[in-house]
Amino acid sequence: MNTFFLSKIEVGSHLNIYLTDTLHFHGETVIVSTFVVLVLSLFLTLTTSNLNRIPTTFQNVGEVLYEFVKSIAITQLGPSYYTQFLPFISTIFLFVLGSNWAGALIPWKTFEIPSGELSAPTNDINTTACLALLTSFTYFSAGFRIKGLGYFKRYIKPSVFLLPINIIEDFTKPLSLNFRLFGNIVADELTVSVLCSLVPLIIPIPIMVLGLFASSIQALIFSTLAAAYIAEVIE
Amino acid sequence: MVDSLIAAASVIAAAIAVGFAGIGPGIGQGNAAGQAVEGIARQPEAEGKIRGTLLLSFAFMEALTIYGLVVALSLLFANPFVG
Repeated sequence: MNTFFLSKIEVGSHLNIYLTDTLHFHGETVIVSTFVVLVLSLFLTLTTSNLNRIPTTFQNVGEVLYEFVKSIAITQLGPSYYTQFLPFISTIFLFVLGSNWAGALIPWKTFEIPSGELSAPTNDINTTACLALLTSFTYFSAGFRIKGLGYFKRYIKPSVFLLPINIIEDFTKPLSLNFRLFGNIVADELTVSVLCSLVPLIIPIPIMVLGLFASSIQALIFSTLAAAYIAEVIE
Repeated sequence: MVDSLIAAASVIAAAIAVGFAGIGPGIGQGNAAGQAVEGIARQPEAEGKIRGTLLLSFAFMEALTIYGLVVALSLLFANPFVG
């Protein structure tokens, strides 16, 4: 395998925390995602505590965020169903946005850990796979809860011979969600680190800004697609 | 010997994966951007809406190249064929 590492950029080295012989965590992902969740909880508690009729600074930010995720949910799900799924969609949006930006904005290089390095939790395919599986689990249960057993009519919707394609679609949806988010974040970080190894000054900064922009778009896309998949099932 | 053959083939395959995956989305993004400019020129007041939709569809098209990149990365860094 050593012949494969053409430069010092490492992909796939982790800080493994072993629970048993076969079960282990990726330590850096767990650390950074816990950090992201803590920061998000703190931020949301700050913005929603002490609510006033005339909003102050923190409440303003919270209201802008709320309006934004509400507009995502309402355009996909329609005004009668969006309230049930707004918590899920806004959680996904905030977590993906928070973890993408945590990887891009915080200089994790300054914290030394035994192996691997701290970076965005979405840089690990397990995180994105988990988010994608959560999405598909949500749309299954939404379909069952709202339509009952009539949910299965969806599989023979245009006509019966499309059944295999409809079944395959249930597997490709989480797969494409997973690869889209994972690939975009890894591509950003690889581009930045390759450029940094070539020209360490100034040149990588525009690429970093572009990466920041692209990762916020990815959060928007992930939550929009989750909402669209749910809407497709319950329509 | 076999390992180095697999390594060489993997590097070429990774290059081909990214290269070909870049063609389609490139054409698509060019088309989309051209149409968007046309739309803005015809109706400058709709610029904000057009820009939002354009960026969203750009990200969708870029995802296709990213799939190729994921294949290339797995060939280079997590090759399943090297023992």
